[in-house]
Amino acid sequence: MRALSYARVADVDEAIALVAGHPDGAFLAGGTTAVDLARLGVLRPGLLVDVNDAAPDEVVELQGGGLRIGSMARMSDVARSPAVVARFPVVSQALLAGASAQLRNMASMGGNLCQAVRCGYFRDVASACNKRDPGSGCAAMDGVNRTHAILGVSDTCIATHPSDLAVALVALDAVLHTRRPGGGRTIGIDDFFLLPGQTPQSEHRLDRGELITAIELPAAGVARRSVYLKLRDRQSYEFALASVAAAIRVTDGIVSEVRLALGGVGTKPWRARRAEASLLGQAAGEASFAEAARQELAQASPRPQNAFKVELAQRAIVRALQTLTSGDAQ
Amino acid sequence: MPTKQANLRLAAYLKGGDMSTDVISQAAVRGPQAGPVMLCVNGQRRDVRIEPRVSLLDALREHLGLTGAKKGCDQGTCGACTVWVGDRRVLACLTLAVSCEGREVTTIEGLAADGSLHPMQAAFIDQDAFQCGYCTPGQIMSAVALLNEGHADDDTEIAEWMSGNICRCAAYPNIRAAIRDVRDAAGGDR
Repeated sequence: MRALSYARVADVDEAIALVAGHPDGAFLAGGTTAVDLARLGVLRPGLLVDVNDAAPDEVVELQGGGLRIGSMARMSDVARSPAVVARFPVVSQALLAGASAQLRNMASMGGNLCQAVRCGYFRDVASACNKRDPGSGCAAMDGVNRTHAILGVSDTCIATHPSDLAVALVALDAVLHTRRPGGGRTIGIDDFFLLPGQTPQSEHRLDRGELITAIELPAAGVARRSVYLKLRDRQSYEFALASVAAAIRVTDGIVSEVRLALGGVGTKPWRARRAEASLLGQAAGEASFAEAARQELAQASPRPQNAFKVELAQRAIVRALQTLTSGDAQ
Repeated sequence: MPTKQANLRLAAYLKGGDMSTDVISQAAVRGPQAGPVMLCVNGQRRDVRIEPRVSLLDALREHLGLTGAKKGCDQGTCGACTVWVGDRRVLACLTLAVSCEGREVTTIEGLAADGSLHPMQAAFIDQDAFQCGYCTPGQIMSAVALLNEGHADDDTEIAEWMSGNICRCAAYPNIRAAIRDVRDAAGGDR
């Protein structure tokens, strides 16, 4: 690991000024990405500014049923927050489906959204990677890419976005609150994550020195009945091959409201808007679920090794929706 | 809310254009050279002189001679380095030692009291819950935390909440048996 400086500050604006003012400055929260990638030489921070004491870590209940989660809240704490469990079970389930107990104790909510991809070629400084070294090529394109993305891919990058949490948040239209030199702003989470396109090195919209301070979950009655289904190569402590965050409201047998997002298959957490549009107003049941899944995955661009994900993701969508509606009178 | 001092610093930064870190917050920035770091490990104050890039795991093993926490993958995937910071099990390989100032660190060396093994250590021996033993300190630190967290109702739950500790020898059934023993001896885990 490159030698680096370190500062632990208790004030967000001071942290922002420090990072923005250093040519290789970066924030340090839980460290599960930053320390890992710095040791691998993938990131080369010259200054790490520890913001664990700076940004908020509470879960605040908002009027009307929403929640505001401090960006320094730990994954483990948010997963067991009674308000999160009751109002947004899909968020709690997604958090508990990710990483391990130790990592969830360390990793912050804000850091989770900024975590880097797990593509083995990105993590290996000896391999071509347009994300790590723009213009160097993509070793994954014709390499070992069984776990890579099939949605949102470009000819520069097919790395899968790794976060489970982000999939749930995208389904729920979460809003990120940030601070940066000169002020703050809000960013809708679906706008926050960027497709690789021709600039795979840019994964999100944060400026240099911009820090997520809170994640707001807008009130959503439909989310009280929500689920996160994660399919993976082993039962625990593994990234998704395909995952689904789903919430649905069925009125008199007809789908009146639905939220669907996919993980493990996209270069960003994938809001399944085609599937949602297909489902609205239809009779809830396997036929409409399968048709919606088919329409969403029709836009997939698989490679030979990960072509199985096209079918797997469709089955996951159907299973998740069946799980949510199995108790309903059809 | 931002402090007045920070606002002044920020104002100086925004006005100054090119700003080196020493203008902003001389006191706050440490390194990259080695400097004094005060740790609290197993109830004792331990002063070390380390660079900010040194992990908690390396500080324990290389600087304090506490070699109980093991270096397996050194990238947060195996759990062999599991220690507690405060009352939480974490991975020492992904933790910077300097960030632990003011926090209580507990390692496997701090588990036995007055020369007697912790019940979980004894149960691991009773149940033959290891073969090579390399992952064992991490397994035990994780297992004690697991019971404190209340995540040991049944074998499925134990397996799920111990999944961050890999055992290459696959002693998992015996590890679960040791955890069950301690859970049941304590009259349940909640």
